[in-house]
Amino acid sequence: MMLIVNIAGIALIAVIVWWFWLYKPTETVVDDGDVVIVVENGSYQPSHIKLAANRATELHFLRKDPSSCAEMLLLPDLQISETLTLDKPCTIKLPPLEAGEYDFHCQMKMYRGLLIVQ
Amino acid sequence: MNPADTHQHHQHPPQLHREPGQAEALQTLMIEGAGCASCVTKIEKALQAVPGVKSAEMNFADRSVAITGNASSEQLISAVEKAGYNASATAGSADADALEEKEQADEAYYRRLMLNMSIALGVGIPLMAYGLIVGEMNVTTAAERWAWLGVGIVTLGVMIFSGRHFYTGAWQSFRNHSANMDTLIALGTGTAWFYSMVVILLPSLLPELARHIYFEATAMIIGLINLGLALELKARGRTSLAIKRLIGLQPKTAQVVRDGKSIEIAIEQVLLNDIVRVRPGEKIPVDGEVTEGHTAIDESMLTGEPMPVEKGPGNEVVAGSINKTGSILFRATRVGKDTALAQIINMVKRAQNSKPPIGRLADTISAYFVPTVMIIAVLSAMAWLNLGPDPVIAYAIVSATTVLIIACPCALGLATPMSVMVGVGKAAEAGVLIRNGEALQTASKITAMILDKTGTITLGQPKVTDIVLSSSLSEAQVLQLAASLESGSEHPLALAIMDSARDRGLELDQAEHFNAVAGHGIEGTIKGRQLLFGNDKLMTRSKIDYSGYSASAAELAAQAKTPMYFAVDGTLAAVIAVADPIKEDSAAAIARLQKNGIRVVMLTGDNHATAQAVAAQVGIVEFFAEVLPGDKANKVSELQRQGELVGMTGDGINDAPALAMADVGFAIGTGTDVAIESADITLMRGSLHGLADAIAVSKATLGNIKQNLFGAFIYNAAGIPIAAGLLYPWFGLLLNPVIAGAAMAFSSLTVVSNANRLRFFQAQEH
Repeated sequence: MMLIVNIAGIALIAVIVWWFWLYKPTETVVDDGDVVIVVENGSYQPSHIKLAANRATELHFLRKDPSSCAEMLLLPDLQISETLTLDKPCTIKLPPLEAGEYDFHCQMKMYRGLLIVQ
Repeated sequence: MNPADTHQHHQHPPQLHREPGQAEALQTLMIEGAGCASCVTKIEKALQAVPGVKSAEMNFADRSVAITGNASSEQLISAVEKAGYNASATAGSADADALEEKEQADEAYYRRLMLNMSIALGVGIPLMAYGLIVGEMNVTTAAERWAWLGVGIVTLGVMIFSGRHFYTGAWQSFRNHSANMDTLIALGTGTAWFYSMVVILLPSLLPELARHIYFEATAMIIGLINLGLALELKARGRTSLAIKRLIGLQPKTAQVVRDGKSIEIAIEQVLLNDIVRVRPGEKIPVDGEVTEGHTAIDESMLTGEPMPVEKGPGNEVVAGSINKTGSILFRATRVGKDTALAQIINMVKRAQNSKPPIGRLADTISAYFVPTVMIIAVLSAMAWLNLGPDPVIAYAIVSATTVLIIACPCALGLATPMSVMVGVGKAAEAGVLIRNGEALQTASKITAMILDKTGTITLGQPKVTDIVLSSSLSEAQVLQLAASLESGSEHPLALAIMDSARDRGLELDQAEHFNAVAGHGIEGTIKGRQLLFGNDKLMTRSKIDYSGYSASAAELAAQAKTPMYFAVDGTLAAVIAVADPIKEDSAAAIARLQKNGIRVVMLTGDNHATAQAVAAQVGIVEFFAEVLPGDKANKVSELQRQGELVGMTGDGINDAPALAMADVGFAIGTGTDVAIESADITLMRGSLHGLADAIAVSKATLGNIKQNLFGAFIYNAAGIPIAAGLLYPWFGLLLNPVIAGAAMAFSSLTVVSNANRLRFFQAQEH
């Protein structure tokens, strides 16, 4: 009996590691230079966004999550920080970016997203 | 392009240039119901079709549209409505409106959290009291099963009503392969509730000793965490008081004189070159230049400078300052997001959200925190199941739940940003603008400070004090020639010479072949006469004999004056001395820096004797004299090579390379006429006390961050093992999940409250 329990426990740990750390989430491809990101229920939707390199893009954030954690949006690599007002769109105009990955997150990195520029 | 300039939240309407005398109204409407970018074209076209409208430009980000022309607002609103949207006329500043909206949203969320808390604790407290008074909450009889089933359903109601946001948040994050605080709370409370329901519905699965009910834990944890969130929301509101105060400095309306009539309009509608009227006691609405009237203006809210400043025609006034005594008219030179105040607000906002390097470790930990805690919870349950005493399953459930609940990623994540928020705001209140978290952190560790002499230690407004003649030319002739030559130069000393000539009513001539020799002086011709004006190096270079007057020059230099040789047609004509008065409080501020253990070094292009005299007057022992402008940066790196962490203070324009070379560059401004983008830290007022204040605020903020980080690390590092039952083998201690919930809820509140203590920080009195 304990063997089963222990195997189940180890399997659960393996699932946690895979699901949260190893899994590569699907990416939303932006082809018209315009994307709406909804901040809701503790996450950015979509959270992984693929952009074309060297092209200006507009990110429209719409915060529907009243939690104060959702209030601040940071793009540290681009020195951007914005306060998101509840239910009010906030547009961030990105300059043409070089290929690479750019994090965006809340103040505490609990809400996390990634811009994949290719 | 600076990427930071590319984002816009509440864009102001596009700026329109208004030529003096031209009458053209600008109106702003707020649009509702525009959900897509294609609506923009539709709305703009509808407005452009209205007779009298010259242009209509919509800003999709804040749903505002700026319209120029002579149409009435009723006509415009009706055109928008016909296009299928709602519109309303707007007034007030976008920043102030956003702030108001945020406060209303926060207030509504606070009330919701308090209601959640009341309902959850309303169920949880009686249940806990029952457990404490009656004893064990076990299920033994059929009647008890039915009773507890009812309680279980009520608890489920609490979970849905008061804790729904935890569960939906956890689920959404899970779907996105991320985990946050909601995940931990949802798992912890969910586990306690499910286990209790298994005890009620399928008791045979569990040994008798393990048939314990944990509904009270679920309800109490949900209640306590809602309470913690509500209190944290209030405390967070206080961390942004400084920015609120800055935003509040801007009035919502302005009195503008158009076509000879004075009209009151919303501040967004003020155009460049509008003539604005401000009466005593009113705030200056936009930046401008006084055209009529005299007054004293209080700029203390912006610069920290307590004394009101006298203003008359030709002087600049800045938005947000208060007109004290007289009524003035001024011409708008910067409006909307271009005003100094708007730029300050923007910079403070940006800096408040940037992180100093000290916070990076916490960031890295935060990113892995929640899944790690989940793993610890599983390991802890496994350890109890394998090694624990009976009833093992009950212990395993309690320990896993408690681990999930006690872990607080918030305390760790909030530790740095909350302190930076308050610290940067506090600095802004003292007229110190800190660019980012990194500058804040480095400023707190500075060991050496280089001060440029001119304009930093001194006022930077030199005056001619002595003219020692050495030829047949008269004092007026010398001054007339020297000032004519200097009229091509922008050097502060040139201004002193020209002011002096102007005071004597001398007419200046046009200089030809003007040439500035860096670090030496200037040369040129006037009416065929060869003129040289500069230091001994220039004379030596041009083979002018000045030996007979070097003693006079040395004597003047010893009095902290700058002697300059003036030669006409190859002969020395005069030694002209210029002195730049030392700012009243320079010596006191330098003493403050030295008292903090900072090595203060003065840097100047002046000769050794002048430098020594100024240094002695302000209590500086070390100085570099006769430094060429290009060499300032080398002096910074010289100190860096000695192992010092170097701060460099200069005017931000002439000293740019040295400011960039220093570990922290401080640009010192006079009033609000500052190059905000030029340095790591900008001092809005001319006093060097701003420098000492900046360092004091940085040290206090860094100290506060360290306390927060230490507290958060210790809390989690001690709390999680105790919750897992590490103390049980020795002390028989296993935490109750309710205690864990209370600890978790108040740990993040403690961090925010500790950051708020910084609000009461006072830089040393001066």
